[in-house]
Amino acid sequence: MSNAYHIVVCAGIVPDPLQTLEPITTATGPALKNEMMLPAVLDPWASHALYEAANLAAHAAGSKVWLVSAAPKAKLQQVMMNVAQKASFELVPIDAPASGFADAHAVAGLLATAIQSIAGLDRSRLLVFGGWESASRGAGVTMQLVAEQLGILDQFQGVDQLALQPDGSFEVLERIEGGRHMVSTCQGPPALLGWATGNLPEPRNNPQIGMVNMRGIMPALQKTKSTALPHDAVRYLSVAPPKQQRQTRIVKDRPADEIAAELLEWIVQE
Amino acid sequence: MSQSILFLAHVDESGTALPKAAFEAFGAAVDAARQLGGTLTIGLVGESVQDAANTVAANGVRILGVCGPDFAQPRYASDAAAVEAICREVSPQIVLAPATSRFLRVMAGLAHRLEGSVDTHITSLEVFDGVLTAKRWFYRQRLEASIQREARPWILALDSGCHETWNGAPATAEVKMISVPLPAEAKRTTFNGVRVPTTGAQTIRPDAKLLFVTGAGWCKKQADGQAHLPEAEKIILEFLRYSGASLGGSKSLVDQSGENEAVLGFMTHLNQVGQTGATPRHPKGLSTCCHGEEPHVVGWRFINERRAINLDPNCGWARGKADVLYVADAFQVVAKLNLLLAAKANAKEPALSLP
Repeated sequence: MSNAYHIVVCAGIVPDPLQTLEPITTATGPALKNEMMLPAVLDPWASHALYEAANLAAHAAGSKVWLVSAAPKAKLQQVMMNVAQKASFELVPIDAPASGFADAHAVAGLLATAIQSIAGLDRSRLLVFGGWESASRGAGVTMQLVAEQLGILDQFQGVDQLALQPDGSFEVLERIEGGRHMVSTCQGPPALLGWATGNLPEPRNNPQIGMVNMRGIMPALQKTKSTALPHDAVRYLSVAPPKQQRQTRIVKDRPADEIAAELLEWIVQE
Repeated sequence: MSQSILFLAHVDESGTALPKAAFEAFGAAVDAARQLGGTLTIGLVGESVQDAANTVAANGVRILGVCGPDFAQPRYASDAAAVEAICREVSPQIVLAPATSRFLRVMAGLAHRLEGSVDTHITSLEVFDGVLTAKRWFYRQRLEASIQREARPWILALDSGCHETWNGAPATAEVKMISVPLPAEAKRTTFNGVRVPTTGAQTIRPDAKLLFVTGAGWCKKQADGQAHLPEAEKIILEFLRYSGASLGGSKSLVDQSGENEAVLGFMTHLNQVGQTGATPRHPKGLSTCCHGEEPHVVGWRFINERRAINLDPNCGWARGKADVLYVADAFQVVAKLNLLLAAKANAKEPALSLP
């Protein structure tokens, strides 16, 4: 039985985690101040999905990876300069806002449509990967909505491991409460997996892979047309950073014994 | 017109009870129904739902159930079919559910099937001028928003730890069962069990009063120019054993295991707290050898009392992120603390609850 997969990874871009975020109000709803100026990265959990997809494709001859990403074209191009060196894939770009305030239903519609338009995609070998939550909206709903629109009934979220079996089935480990994993076996594709961190480290940059990828990425980016997202599905009454700023008491030049005693008192205090 | 509010829950791993998060979400549902003047209905899913239904029956609301062996364990296809069947029976405007891993997997799919909308990780529900308003965080707990939606049904998954637990007395429930036959394509996935990480010790304790976060400093070279990993492991595990704390780790520390660097043997990605990790809820948190920069601290959003031990007096914790920063060597302080905790445990002080 052939174990070749068609793996579609859905991944957005998000502001670099080190950036300070300040919300502003625009005519189309909330947004981030200077959003287009903020350095962006591929969504962290979706990045893990991409690395897992590349690893799976490398171990299943005949497999192919597509990366479907909805983001402003210019920002996506910047992010691809780095991501393209990590893994082999064909980019399917969607020139659309990457805001966390955009409605997940609309974004999922764009992603599902883009996946359905991929030429030569074999549904019987289809694995749709993504992050189990984005670092922007953080709702963990977009991938499920995509799968529903694609008619995929086998869905897994918080995935840390996918182990292929000789009969074509695969075992999946999903995160559940209490730092544990739920173990399931799926008969085979099509399936959707929303990845947590998985087990793979971030691949080192490989300029040769990057050059090969960029030959396809640049034309794809040039061809993609701008798509607007509806902005009336969610009504935002307020968006604000947390107000709480603590008055930190700094304890210096105290012996470890004294600090330990103070901590003990604090820990056992009800 | 009275709004129909549906509270959905599933039976937990015991097979007879609802998870704790369900009682919290049920408390929120009862409050919302009262404020909206709506009609509340309960929908339950599990192999057998009668015992679980009895625990929420005192509220006197209508209870529907989908049960049978096919619904005993979490599985997207069967869970989605079950909650869809309940929703089609009730035709609710608002659906409230606990944000358990089982229900977070299916709520978006349910919204799609009902042509409704979904929002998850809701931290509070309020009613303004008769309109339901939900609060949730965006950008990994860095921005908080209040939202409303016109689309119905509006499906909301409520995070645990955000509402008082409903604690009515049990009663005998009358459950209307709904039959949900599953086609073969809904049974392609089978549940095999639950696996705990093979790290030798349980380090993640969601109900612990204290979160103990370790940073990459535990694996770095110390004052003598050497790393002290075995000593670090011993100190940390002893502390967890004596204090009953839950262990968290910064991304940099957790990543070391994936990059084949010297690591703490019991640390996995499941322990990761922060921008790309968990945002657990505990009353207190103690950070050690972690700089307290923004990506770390977003994982502390729901930690009420925060203290940190770090050698750098200018670290992020000093800039309003922690209540107290001890500028000290965590190796020394935590080792001393372990001695005190051990002595207290030996003295059988009632204030200290050991795991």
